[in-house]
Amino acid sequence: MPEAYEPKIVAFFCNWCTYLAADLAGTSRLKYAPNARVIRVMCSGRVDPQFVMEAFGDGADGVLIGGCHPGDCHYQEGNYKALRRFHLLKRMVKQMGIEEERLRLEWISASEGDRVRAVIDDMVARLKELGPRRRAPSREEVLVG
Amino acid sequence: MTQKPKVAFYWCASCGGCEEAVVDLGAKILDVAEAVDIVFWPVALDFKRADVERLPVRSLLVSFINGAIRSHEQEEMARLLRRKSQLVVAFGACAQLGGIPGLANLSTRRALLDEAYLKSPSTVNPDRIFPQVAELDETVRPLDRVIDVDYYLPGCPPVPGIISAAVEALLTGTAPPRGSVLAPDRALCEECPRKDSKPEKLLLASFQRISLAAADETKCLLAQGLACLGPATRGGCGALCIAGNMPCTGCFGPTSRVRDYGAKALSALGASIEATEPEAIDAALDGIPDAAGLFYRYSLAASRLTKERSCR
Amino acid sequence: MPERIGVYICHCGTNIAGVVDVPDLVRYCADLPGVTVSRDYKYMCSDPGQQLLQADIRDQDLTRVVVAACSPHLHERTFRRALEEAGLNPYFFQMVNIREHASWVHTDRAGATARARDQIRAAVRRVALHRPLETRTVPIHPDALVVGGGIGGIHAALTLANAGKRVYLVEREPTIGGHMAQFDKTFPTLDCAACILTPKMTAVRAHPNITLWTMAEVAQVEGYVGNYRVTVRHKPRYVIEDACVGCLECIEACVFKEGKVPDDFNLGLSRRKPVYLPFPQAVPQVVVIDPERCIEFKTGKCKKTCVEACADRNAIRFDMTERTETIDAGTIILATGYKVFDARRQPFYGYGEYPNVYTAMEIERLVNASGPTGGELRLRDGRAPRVVGIVHCVGSRDVNTNRWCSRVCCMYSLKLAHLIRERTGAEVYSCYIDIRAPGKSFEEFYNRVSEEGVQFIRGKVADVTPAGDGDGRLVMRVEDTLLGFVRQVPVDMVVLATGLEPQEDAAAVRRLFNITCSNEGWFLERHPKLAPVNTFTEGIFLAGCCQGPKDIPDTVAQAGAAAAEAMALIDRAEIELEPNTAYVREEDCSGCKTCIPLCPYGAISFREQTKKAAIQEVLCKGCGTCVASCPSGSIGQNLFEDEQIFEEIEGVLTYA
Repeated sequence: MPEAYEPKIVAFFCNWCTYLAADLAGTSRLKYAPNARVIRVMCSGRVDPQFVMEAFGDGADGVLIGGCHPGDCHYQEGNYKALRRFHLLKRMVKQMGIEEERLRLEWISASEGDRVRAVIDDMVARLKELGPRRRAPSREEVLVG
Repeated sequence: MTQKPKVAFYWCASCGGCEEAVVDLGAKILDVAEAVDIVFWPVALDFKRADVERLPVRSLLVSFINGAIRSHEQEEMARLLRRKSQLVVAFGACAQLGGIPGLANLSTRRALLDEAYLKSPSTVNPDRIFPQVAELDETVRPLDRVIDVDYYLPGCPPVPGIISAAVEALLTGTAPPRGSVLAPDRALCEECPRKDSKPEKLLLASFQRISLAAADETKCLLAQGLACLGPATRGGCGALCIAGNMPCTGCFGPTSRVRDYGAKALSALGASIEATEPEAIDAALDGIPDAAGLFYRYSLAASRLTKERSCR
Repeated sequence: MPERIGVYICHCGTNIAGVVDVPDLVRYCADLPGVTVSRDYKYMCSDPGQQLLQADIRDQDLTRVVVAACSPHLHERTFRRALEEAGLNPYFFQMVNIREHASWVHTDRAGATARARDQIRAAVRRVALHRPLETRTVPIHPDALVVGGGIGGIHAALTLANAGKRVYLVEREPTIGGHMAQFDKTFPTLDCAACILTPKMTAVRAHPNITLWTMAEVAQVEGYVGNYRVTVRHKPRYVIEDACVGCLECIEACVFKEGKVPDDFNLGLSRRKPVYLPFPQAVPQVVVIDPERCIEFKTGKCKKTCVEACADRNAIRFDMTERTETIDAGTIILATGYKVFDARRQPFYGYGEYPNVYTAMEIERLVNASGPTGGELRLRDGRAPRVVGIVHCVGSRDVNTNRWCSRVCCMYSLKLAHLIRERTGAEVYSCYIDIRAPGKSFEEFYNRVSEEGVQFIRGKVADVTPAGDGDGRLVMRVEDTLLGFVRQVPVDMVVLATGLEPQEDAAAVRRLFNITCSNEGWFLERHPKLAPVNTFTEGIFLAGCCQGPKDIPDTVAQAGAAAAEAMALIDRAEIELEPNTAYVREEDCSGCKTCIPLCPYGAISFREQTKKAAIQEVLCKGCGTCVASCPSGSIGQNLFEDEQIFEEIEGVLTYA
């Protein structure tokens, strides 16, 4: 009997905000879906789009990038670089057949443990609807123009 | 008399430019012809596939294969030449990275064939004839996703200088370790004649399309808002396109330290945008209407995104 | 040579083991490539837990260690130290969070275990690529710099100096004292501001450990924690400080018979001459010449009676010029204060248009015995006011100007209400939104003022208009929200309780020191609760209103805290730098300059000699932005190399 599809999310969390928020979700014993795999980076500005490509290529169904709110970056501006890259990357992966909801950038501050829970649960729900990425997609559905 | 080393040239999904590049060696090609025995070169010589099949295993010193793998026939020939050769060189951007044919991976085989043979405005095909339908793979692949490749000659096409250097290195046994790209391992900016005009702190307010711009011939193109990919692209071409007042489009591919060219080039240009608000960022990015076409022009088929894509 | 990796799974009592299948993980990890030892233990962070690890390092020749337990924020340091003690480089370690990120947040045991398995596998793959790193320590220069000579800066400087530290106190005005020197009395005790401030100002001047520079501004700051090189610009006073004894005869002798220049200290309510002393208790007690107004500067043809008057001391020098000086300091305290909200931005209150609309600071000067009227509160035409209105929240708590509450205005309005009534017996109407009296004895002060007969109207004044009675009277229109109707209150004088704002040049100053500002423009503290005087830049601290509006007691407390933080660094004498810095591989760099504008710390520069980028390790904070941006992959980051992260990505996704 084939296993039910459980989406795999690779989550790049910045050390100072989102990672701490996920820790807070833990200390608060909030409960959410176990589908995320967290990779800790010091800043969302470290997230190289190559990592996103690698994650999808290795079988991730979704990629989540978590950073500090604009203006609050521990390293002052790293999250702005992440934001600019993300906007451009979003446009490009859409052309390459990755549905919009598979790649997400969320600003989550260290005190927002509940947002970690909410974002992951929401992303899992949407990815379940979209199905696994590794099936040969119906490309016509996602072509641009 | 010692036997001259045997070499082969073959073309897969390609435009023929790489064959031209060999011819562009000019007088040097005579030296090449002197030094080696070309036993297979469909564009120039009359040897047949059967001739190759008759060769003993590993009897060829090197096969230079250009073009991407797009069909069953190309895959077979690549595997055949691999069996018969000690070294295989992926010659040109298509063989190394999938090249421009790789952009077909943004669409489907069905859609492309329909577009070419049915829907395009200039097509008149009432009988719906589709040549090669049974032949084409679903996706385009670079050569090293089909066979083991020993060396890469980058470029679209590779420039004469690196071709002759590569041939010499291979013939004299002085080539770098297997798996290397036979070109300098630093980005194009190093050899670009406009390098000094690039400001130290360049942040991009917007992007211009080269077709709509009158670029200053003396200044750094990126500084003029043209999306020049020189910083992300391996050097060795002598910055030919820049000399023609055109921005680099990345045909030499990445340096050895980068796994996914398109993603890395996007990372660099993206982070250098000046705007901080989402709307302003989007406005700036409207100057790049086709991001995949810009960043993955030659390397889409080699993207880490499609690592696992099955071939048929 | 293949690595020998030790994997340790912590139970954390039942915190982890109660949800995650630890024995299953131990079996799984034992079979992973490169793993030599796979164990579990009840509490890895405990002494026996660490000793277990250390014993294996020695007996099993482990080369790498992975611990799967709680958050690295808790114990990464603990385990790194354990490795170091066992003779293994502390950075050959990777920690996996399977408690906060798994056992505590997932109810599904299989799901939690699967997550733990994937993350541990990823860590095993990653740690094999870790390289040995050394933590670099840098010394802390023992001198401190305090920027800003208001009460905050003064207190910080004195605290440090009393502890035996050498302090530079840099103030851009001709005298220290700041805004507090302009106050008459302070709430709630009604202490005379000058009486409590001037002894501290004199103490600064006299202290052997304090180098006081007035008319001085910081022009440039280079360096990093413990090693700041600060360039200070000295503006010319045209008077030699050491020669002037403060006799003021030059002022008396000045060709101007009377003052013509609006006096900034008295907010333009009086006039001074081109040569002047900012206020009587100024420190240093040295006059200053205003080059914009002095005839000698404008025409070159003045009789220079001031020089004559100073013949025996010869302190006046018209040829003085600006000069710069560079100092070294290990720590910096910013106490640059605030700016008062400009009431002209709210023209409906009539400030600048109707003569008898004043700001609170102007009233401070008027009621001050050494102010422009000798302490007499008078209208512009010289009469005493009989009815005074006070408008709270001018430029505060206002979506049209500043959203914040300026924290001091309610209290100073109560104080002014008291002083006005005391001096003139006038009726006082104080129109407020809320009365904020949170401090010690503040509420009692409010009660007192209320009992003294000050009238309170709960409503924000909508506008101030002339009464039109030919007498210069004004009308305050305000909705009395307690009584439930709009009132038109006729008054002789209106006092606007203007709020506090960041200094005009706060944005420029923050960039100078490489710190951040909050959205409103106040300097940003590292943590609003637990680190209110630290900034995100090591070695730079904040004191007083530059960090946010506050009153004098809080400013003094913060100044002491900042001094203590600075002292802690100075006494420790050295500081460890984070090892996760970025570095340029020079042989790979093409000189494309993509990275140069990206670093907010100025750690990356373009070297003209090599035509390549270079990163100053001590300035690098390790965010990794430049690493991701380098288009040719020529910048690496210790502990966060591309290959290491790629291994982690492949590790969490590859199935066994």
